[in-house]
Amino acid sequence: MDNILASHPLSITILSPLLAGLIIMLIPRERLFAVRAISALGTAPTLLTSLYIYLNYDRSIGGMQFQESLPWVESIGISYQLGVDGISIPLVMLTAVVIFTGVFASWTITNRTKEFYCLLLLLVSGVFGVFVSSNLFFFFLFYELAVLPMYLLIGIWGTGAKEYSAMKLTLYLLAGSAFMLVGIFALYFYSGENTFNLQALTSAAYSPRFQKTCFFFFYIGFGILAGIWPLHTWSPDGHASAPTAVSMLHAGVLMKLGAYGVLRVGIGILPEGLQFWAPLVGIIAAINIVYGAYVAMGQRDLKYVIAYSSVSHMGVVMLGCAAFNSVSINGAVFQMVSHGIMTALFFALVGLVYEKAHTRNIPAMGGFARRMPGIAICFTIGGLASFGLPGTSGFIAELMVLLGTFRAHPEMLLGQVPLFMLFAIAAATAIVITATYVLRLLQQVFHGPVDEKQYPDLPDAKTTEWVAITVNAAFLIILGVMPRLLTDLIGISVGQFLR
Amino acid sequence: MLWLIPILPAIAFLVISAFFVNRLRRIAPYVLILALILSLIISFSALSKAPLQGAEEQSLLWLHADDLRLEVGTLLDPLSAIMLVVVCFVSLVVQIYSIGYMAGDEGYGRYFAFMSLFSAAMLGVVISNNLLQTYVCWELVGLCSYLLIGFWYRRPSAAAAAKKAFVVTRFGDVGFLVAVLAFSLVAKEFNFGALQHRLAAGDFTAAFITAVSLLIFCGAVGKSAQFPLHIWLPDAMEGPTPVSALIHAATMVAAGVYLVARTFFLFAASPVALIVVACIGAFTALFAASIAVAANDIKRVLAYSTISQLGYMMLGLGALGYTAAVFHLTTHAFFKALLFLTAGSVIHAIGKQDMWELGGLAKKMPITALTCLAGALALAGIFPFAGFWSKDEILASAWLRGAESPLYYLLFAMGLAAAFLTAFYMFRMWILCFTGTPRTKEAAHAHESPWVMTVPLAVLALLALVSGFWLKQTVPGNGLPFAEFVHAGPAHHGEAVWLMFLSTLVAAAGIVTAYFTYYRAKVSAAAFHSSFPWVRNGMKSKWWVDAAWESFATRVVIAGSSVAAWFDRHVPDGMVNGVAWLCGQAGLKLRPAQSGQVQLYALVAFIGIILFVILLRLTTGW
Repeated sequence: MDNILASHPLSITILSPLLAGLIIMLIPRERLFAVRAISALGTAPTLLTSLYIYLNYDRSIGGMQFQESLPWVESIGISYQLGVDGISIPLVMLTAVVIFTGVFASWTITNRTKEFYCLLLLLVSGVFGVFVSSNLFFFFLFYELAVLPMYLLIGIWGTGAKEYSAMKLTLYLLAGSAFMLVGIFALYFYSGENTFNLQALTSAAYSPRFQKTCFFFFYIGFGILAGIWPLHTWSPDGHASAPTAVSMLHAGVLMKLGAYGVLRVGIGILPEGLQFWAPLVGIIAAINIVYGAYVAMGQRDLKYVIAYSSVSHMGVVMLGCAAFNSVSINGAVFQMVSHGIMTALFFALVGLVYEKAHTRNIPAMGGFARRMPGIAICFTIGGLASFGLPGTSGFIAELMVLLGTFRAHPEMLLGQVPLFMLFAIAAATAIVITATYVLRLLQQVFHGPVDEKQYPDLPDAKTTEWVAITVNAAFLIILGVMPRLLTDLIGISVGQFLR
Repeated sequence: MLWLIPILPAIAFLVISAFFVNRLRRIAPYVLILALILSLIISFSALSKAPLQGAEEQSLLWLHADDLRLEVGTLLDPLSAIMLVVVCFVSLVVQIYSIGYMAGDEGYGRYFAFMSLFSAAMLGVVISNNLLQTYVCWELVGLCSYLLIGFWYRRPSAAAAAKKAFVVTRFGDVGFLVAVLAFSLVAKEFNFGALQHRLAAGDFTAAFITAVSLLIFCGAVGKSAQFPLHIWLPDAMEGPTPVSALIHAATMVAAGVYLVARTFFLFAASPVALIVVACIGAFTALFAASIAVAANDIKRVLAYSTISQLGYMMLGLGALGYTAAVFHLTTHAFFKALLFLTAGSVIHAIGKQDMWELGGLAKKMPITALTCLAGALALAGIFPFAGFWSKDEILASAWLRGAESPLYYLLFAMGLAAAFLTAFYMFRMWILCFTGTPRTKEAAHAHESPWVMTVPLAVLALLALVSGFWLKQTVPGNGLPFAEFVHAGPAHHGEAVWLMFLSTLVAAAGIVTAYFTYYRAKVSAAAFHSSFPWVRNGMKSKWWVDAAWESFATRVVIAGSSVAAWFDRHVPDGMVNGVAWLCGQAGLKLRPAQSGQVQLYALVAFIGIILFVILLRLTTGW
């Protein structure tokens, strides 16, 4: 086992959920516990492998490590190539944590449990695949693998206008994929390397004009999944309709695929494209941050609030990318992790609250803290992280993005003032908006007296549910207090990435 | 050793939250008290070791971002040493008092856990050697006050007050955060000592210094409840009274003044910033005092008096009276903690806090009455109580500064007017609470609080009496007079004896007016009200500032967010649905073309070929 783990940790990461999914297919559907247990067991190895690669990544060398390569269609440069660096390792860890807790958060699903877990595990394999692929073909393949099960997961197990949301989300993301695909083919043919290998494509030379055009395609294509304004409207509907674990994965991890794509493919291969489009990417990110937060304040459905807060927080990631310096990109990657865990926590909590109170309408709630103190505490921790309170991971992420953005692109001026300085100030102001809606939410849902007639029975979280919320909440604080657990690792690769 | 000072209460927080929140909650306060005693001992030893020139520092790398080193560290200089002792001491006294006050509350353990974190965060602000750490701990102080103000979260008013406190202070914190960002760009470091060196070396432009000073001041305006962000502090009394005592005396509001004092080298280099600080301070001092005159809730009177006194401190700083401001911060911590704890004692005994429902309590609660009198005299600035010495120095600095910039004479006058009002409202409160006959049944059946509450009162009352005079002569453990120990640049001595007489006279006039209005009933408050109705209405309605903020929050911010939500549903999302609709319609319209009639297909193909040929002909000339 040791040898396999050492030589193929990335393949194990991709395949173990897939394998678990296949095994589940063979289990009789009445054996609910077996299905759930195997899902948990299938995702547990990913925690171990991600920890393994985190600990054994050689920081003195940096670059892509744990590489695996298996030729497939060599004539056109398609190979099964895997590898991770300091940017992707944190995201692999994030995915492992979110899916592990997500399995526990969906413990109470009884409708077609077997199929649900199969699709969930398939989706996760896709997500892992994107983060560890170093071949653009497989990158795209895994990307689609991650997006498509979403349609069924939302359409079958969702709530509310689930068919509408599922269709909107899928069509929207496929439209994005069309842009991406054009970009990928353009890269393939223009580079003349006859390969889809990311490193080879990165080192190829492209004319500035090509970079500008091609970057735009990647920005739109991946950006849709990252929830860039005004192409974000699939996300609130999708998140609100999806079942708990799917919302967790979707907002927690899938949106990161978009940002990761922009970073790895768009910016990594076409830096001059970003340089050209930076003002646009920056301003859209700033709009995301402020607008997303403000719209979140106007929502009455608990899930919509969280969904719009994701739109806002993904803006922080994109702003960090647009600012394009080592501090800001480090912050952007940190924010991907931080927001991923935070939003997974939120959706898990909202799921629990909904399950017990049977409503997501905020004005109808109140005083829940008395009945479900554990949920209230975790919700508060998530809330603090979302408005970047020091001591939580949200602070580190936002601080680094702001520090990086404040000094970015001094040559781009609006009047006398550097453009990105203004973006940073706008983002700093949005923290107040975020604090306002988060604290309002806490007040309306958890504080005040509880309506005894309407809510005669509101139990706190139970056994398996604790796993989902405490693990995530703990990560938010650990990363907030000891940020160097991640920033040092990310920093190595960001340094190489910018060179 | 110094780093232990904030760490010990932090450990107490972890220990209490892990073990003593539920069943063993009786033990919780002792964990915190033990931690605070140890911290206090270390702080005292720091007081004797504090270097008069420069500072002793220790740093640890926390986070590394390109060329920015974000550190956590400790800094020992006279300012931090004094504040460490004050914070530890006041917090300790408040915790001992809380054992009695909070007894029987179901959140007993949670209360002390939050209090531990609160003390730790404030000590973190005080001991910080760099701006970023200050910001971090500063926000944690804000968080703890949120948690403690909303401690009785089932009360809607407490939940609302907690949120208000956090959001309003966060408003100011944006300025502070932008200042941090500005330093990251221009100075590339946050260490106070290094920044001071860079400033002295002329590395910063005047515009930059003014800008960052004002941005930092934004943060201080929020935390120290200066106009126009003062609105959160009066509502903050929704928390348990010992929490108010701590917030108003040694933590939270003190943080703002402390921050300005800590970065005073920046302010001192910018005349504009100084004037802004002084004006806001003087205005707040007078403004808040006028509201306190019309308040009926004893905690509300004290809350506005805090705002007013913080205004004095800001005035002192803005008038280059650094020493005076820090002195007032110190003495104020003692007597304001005292006043809140006496108010708590009254509330604990009677359960009412409207002074018109009290009365005649001096006979029932002699210790509370006497200690409250000491606090009132100190706050009013009567010789030889603590407030006399420190407030007098602030007024003296304003007066001296007036020689250079005449605007300060006006600010001085405002300070003096506020001194009159201060004496008046404090004695209005004291007379209405403690003299005369009880006005309600509850007041008639009051009992003195248990010793665990009265002993802290007595200790603080003693300090309210002697601390001004004592510290002015000699700082304990150090031996130097306060002004020589804590000073920025050369200590200036401009003692004006006439001023001492003047300010005492003014304060005495305030007391006498209150005496004749509320004790002897010779002066009619009603007559004053009918002759100046607008003054009364203004004071009663807090000069409409709260209402203005309230309507801004509900009519603009909240209502606007609903509009934004509508916009998002109908414009960006409407576009998407519009595209989907267009596709659907296009499909419907094109469907007849797929009719299955081969003749039609042939016709279309034929027309197509002809058009194509014509097109080719026109474009290529073939």
